[in-house]
Amino acid sequence: LSLFRFTVKRPFSTSHSSVDSKEVKKFQLLAHKWWDEEGEYAALHSMNDIRVPFIRDTLLSMSSNYHLGNPLSGIKILDVGCGGGLLSEPLGRLGASVTGIDPVEDNIRTADRHKSFDPVLDKRIQYKSSSLEEIVEESMETFDVIVASEVVEHVADLEMFIKCCSQVLKPEGSLFITTINKTQLSYVLGIVVAEKIMGIVPEGTHEWEKFVPPEELERILESNGFSVKTVNGMLYNPLSGSWGWMESTSLNYAVHAVKSGAWGQSHPTDAPSETDIQQRSATAGTAS
Amino acid sequence: VWDACSEAMIVFEKDDLDDMGYIVENDVIMSALTKQLDAVADRVEVFYRSRAVRYTWPLPSHSCDTSPWVQVELADGRRLQTKLLIGADGHNSVVRKEAEIKNVEHQYDQSAVVATLHLSEATDNNVAWQRFLPTGPIALLPLSDTASSLVWSTSHDHASELLTMDEESFVDSINSAFWSNINHSDFIDSAGAMFRSAISLLKPSGTAVRQLPPSIAKVDPESRAMFPLGMGHATEYVQHRVALIGDAAHRVHPLAGQGVNLGFGDVACLAHHLSAAAFNGSDLGSLRHLLKFETERQRHNVSLIAATDVLKRLYSTTLAPLVLLRTWGLQATNALPPVKVRNLLQGCR
Repeated sequence: LSLFRFTVKRPFSTSHSSVDSKEVKKFQLLAHKWWDEEGEYAALHSMNDIRVPFIRDTLLSMSSNYHLGNPLSGIKILDVGCGGGLLSEPLGRLGASVTGIDPVEDNIRTADRHKSFDPVLDKRIQYKSSSLEEIVEESMETFDVIVASEVVEHVADLEMFIKCCSQVLKPEGSLFITTINKTQLSYVLGIVVAEKIMGIVPEGTHEWEKFVPPEELERILESNGFSVKTVNGMLYNPLSGSWGWMESTSLNYAVHAVKSGAWGQSHPTDAPSETDIQQRSATAGTAS
Repeated sequence: VWDACSEAMIVFEKDDLDDMGYIVENDVIMSALTKQLDAVADRVEVFYRSRAVRYTWPLPSHSCDTSPWVQVELADGRRLQTKLLIGADGHNSVVRKEAEIKNVEHQYDQSAVVATLHLSEATDNNVAWQRFLPTGPIALLPLSDTASSLVWSTSHDHASELLTMDEESFVDSINSAFWSNINHSDFIDSAGAMFRSAISLLKPSGTAVRQLPPSIAKVDPESRAMFPLGMGHATEYVQHRVALIGDAAHRVHPLAGQGVNLGFGDVACLAHHLSAAAFNGSDLGSLRHLLKFETERQRHNVSLIAATDVLKRLYSTTLAPLVLLRTWGLQATNALPPVKVRNLLQGCR
């Protein structure tokens, strides 16, 4: 298949935001299915078993404060593309103040309703139907941590997405990303098997074209003031329904990156891109 | 531990191992638990003298506008809601019934008689004794240098008799149960003796010197009681937002002395899985980790409950072939350390 032979370059993007309207429509249809642990989103539910400890342990190792029972207490987290809140809720339970944003209004509605029954979570988590660019202006350097889990393979403009992350993140803040690599293996297993054959992921969820190789992600991160600390491969076992870590990043992988500090090397593109973004968001018709 | 129908016995001795186990009066355990509860009163609230009268289960998660938690209504009208309901309400568990969890159960044709007994003479009372009579095992569990606890599993009729007879006759019955050789047959005795010589050829140290059980002088007046025995096992220990532990999940014959230990094991296992789930920020009522608890405990409990049931049936007969089988089995087990040690470790876990 010629699909595998040419090196794919990310097409030049003319969109005004990182949100892809086709993606939005896809997720709208499944908005009410988020919280069925054995339903369409089962694999995302069980992914919490590795991504929550990954985030938790990384943050714990970076701080010296420890509150018994609330290990993430005092940490402000932005969950970008939070969907129904599958990752926001555990992080909230661990003590963090979480802001979850998602361009699909139905997702936010589902997330809001689900957390409303738990008085503790209700106070700790705030949801907002929004794209990342839309909150940049009011949230400059606001968050200690950003998590973008299973998101970057859906965005229209990855470069802009990362830039926005950098802007809303405090210096030395952490960025956690989980996503899917772009390999022959990820096409066969991630799309053909997972979507069409085994139905692990709802069909049409992913487009192989938009998968992101870790090298490219690292390049974009490093050129936007981030220092990549960890890259780990992840593997889903469809028989047990559980996730584990693995050496190879040829399928799914997780990244931890840290934004350089206030006195870190200032980046030549920082100033222009800031005004760029402000202009764009002023004119942006958001895709939701 | 020995058979009433033969000379076969098995001794678990302290020299081979560290503390084999502990026998603690229920009151002492309750007192210790109450102290611990007081120490964590800021996190644990105990409603004494209260009773749940109704449970309302959550509807399937993806279709509800009502609370997804379990609602509990108390007798005094108070309402509680919880992410996880733990049923620790004994073998007639209401939680289990209300959750419509099927229970495999079987009533034994036996009741247990319990009492607190005073020994004829004060002694280094550190040995637990159990003799398998055809009607059921009788056990003496040490409480102090002068007192022991009785657990006598026997037929319902005999149990009622024991409960109503005067104290002197009761004490006589106990002593006779431990000392009488009325159930021995010459055949079995010779067969047992022959097996014992065979073992001593293979293993000169053979079987241990025989100690003698204490004799009883009197019984604590108000302490006699009886309760029916049965076996039970819940087909599921967990459901969404529900977990069963202790006798609510499984009920076993007292002959192995393991009932409460199984319950303690359940508690330790559930606490471990809930703690891990909490550290992952999980919803405590989520089936994912509850199922791990269920698998771990069922694997452990089912084999023990089945083995206890088999032992109970094996020792409920005077039929020569079965007596011979268990005689030889017990003698062999007594002579071979590794088997004994493994058995014991299984029992004490």
